[in-house]
Amino acid sequence: MALQPYASPVQRVWYYSFRVICGLILFFLIFPIMVIIPLSFNALPYFTFTPGMLAFEASAYSTEHYRDFFTNSDWQSAMWNSLSIAPAATLVSVSLGTLAAIGLSSGKAPFRGAIMAILISPMIVPLIISAAGMYFFYSRVGLQGTWFGVVLAHAALGTPFVIITVTATLVGFDRSLTRAAANMGAGPVRTFFKVQMPLILPGVISGGLFAFITSFDEVVVVLFLGSAGQKTLPWQMFTGLREQISPTILAVATLLVTLSIILLATLEILRRRSERLRGMSPG
Amino acid sequence: MTESSDAFVEFERVQKSYDGETLVVKDLNLNIGKGEFLTMLGPSGSGKTTCLMMLAGFETATHGDIRLDGKPINSVPPHKRGIGMVFQNYALFPHMTVAENLAFPLEVRKMGKADIEAKVKRALDMVQMGAFGGRRPAQLSGGQQQRVAVARALVFDPELVLMDEPLGALDKQLREQMQFEIKHIHEELGVTVVYVTHDQSEALTMSDRIAVFNDGKIQQLAPPPTLYEKPDNSFVAQFIGENNTLDATVDSVDGRFARVRFNDGTLSRALAVNCGGPGSQTRLSLRPERVEFDANVEPDEEGVTGLVKELIYLGDHIRVRMEVLGNRDFVVKVPNGAEVSELRVGETAGLTWRAEDCRALDAA
Repeated sequence: MALQPYASPVQRVWYYSFRVICGLILFFLIFPIMVIIPLSFNALPYFTFTPGMLAFEASAYSTEHYRDFFTNSDWQSAMWNSLSIAPAATLVSVSLGTLAAIGLSSGKAPFRGAIMAILISPMIVPLIISAAGMYFFYSRVGLQGTWFGVVLAHAALGTPFVIITVTATLVGFDRSLTRAAANMGAGPVRTFFKVQMPLILPGVISGGLFAFITSFDEVVVVLFLGSAGQKTLPWQMFTGLREQISPTILAVATLLVTLSIILLATLEILRRRSERLRGMSPG
Repeated sequence: MTESSDAFVEFERVQKSYDGETLVVKDLNLNIGKGEFLTMLGPSGSGKTTCLMMLAGFETATHGDIRLDGKPINSVPPHKRGIGMVFQNYALFPHMTVAENLAFPLEVRKMGKADIEAKVKRALDMVQMGAFGGRRPAQLSGGQQQRVAVARALVFDPELVLMDEPLGALDKQLREQMQFEIKHIHEELGVTVVYVTHDQSEALTMSDRIAVFNDGKIQQLAPPPTLYEKPDNSFVAQFIGENNTLDATVDSVDGRFARVRFNDGTLSRALAVNCGGPGSQTRLSLRPERVEFDANVEPDEEGVTGLVKELIYLGDHIRVRMEVLGNRDFVVKVPNGAEVSELRVGETAGLTWRAEDCRALDAA
């Protein structure tokens, strides 16, 4: 919005101060993340910029912390744990969340509101409470301290995201398409995979990405439910901060930020694709 | 009405209620012959679309039987009925090309690739869309999407095709052209068509028979000329074409004709179609083109006097709006000629008609 020629002095002042405020907000959001990136290349085991770094001396920078991450067995096992738990939890969240969203959007579901509220609750209830509750419950049924237990817990946390994004996509979904498919002889399963799924796929995938990030970032629940064998990256970072203060954390953080950016970019591309597909639906 | 023995689609005492209290469709009995083009016509909420949806299998009848080719289909799911359908918003799959859309029902039927290609091509050629197979629905105009939807409903050679207000979204000119084309395709393929619309001119142009729906019931089922010339009740008379109504009381019934008394006491004669015995209220229906001006209306003949309110010049004819016996919208169509020049706004004029053209119907 450009400044209009008839703007009053107050409007002019507001016009510029508005921009300054917006700039500051964005700066405060992004700076703490951006500052990690140069720090992670620190040659010395400090969390601050050394004089050499500020003078841009090549010797003050190194990739040592990255090497540490990729060679240290603690970090490596944590990475592999995260990389096995997050996709498994995502798979469970996406399958169950998508089906739940479709069922709840069909208009025939009884107690819609109540069921929706229960399914969304892991997102609203404070994590520490969910985690404590899960701890006691999972101990009883023998899931505490198992890989499968952590996957289930993370799936429960990720499912609300899938339900919300898929439900949002279904609002724009023309139900006469499934009727048309049925009319042409396609059974419910074929209709789901050939007609409904391709059209709500962007919602399913973005929900899946959120579910993945939820599991990948999660530290509270895994601290309660995991045993040493399920130590994930966030858990390892948490321990690293408390016990050894190693700048390897900064290297890991940089890697995670990069991964997040890639995932977010994917999300944006999918959103645009979905918009294009929506524009395609007739009428 | 077609005899039930050769009926292809039969509704027998079908009722439908969504909430268990109010009936959207009340006791529907309808037989549709093979190869017939039947239109369900009615205002919105009259139950016509519900009937179509029950036939397609997307709604279930609360009571009664629906039979297709003699077999009850109440418990057959939609995807096993083999009925083609053109949806109101076309319902083309946006993520598929036109050719893929048409191939969909054929792939479901596990047809060979070469067969599919040949059938898709033939169906697209039939609606003059042969060159558009590679396009996506969003790249087509409304009229083109409509053609594709028709082709897709016909590509798997169904014996029955349902159309749910398929032309509603098109502009007038395109709509008229498509009416013509759909009619031709119907004649060429000999397929049975059940067509739903609220547009009476569309129904009159295309149909073999029209079922006029109102209030969950078929008000009249007849070929278009009968429906226009011989409406059975006030609703049909009012809904199909232009209509003038006059309220009166039945004085006596004498064979086919009834003697009716208007509010001002004058007597007239009308065809007793659907009026009660002496003393009952009736509503007379008169088509605007069946009324004539006559300077000398004899009392006790077919005729009234009215006040000329407005003259609307339309070239070949003049519409004269009059106030007759309290009806301020009584319209007379007069061919452009010498007699028109005698009419003046604000003056009274006599009107006559043949008793056969004045139909005494229910008082509604």
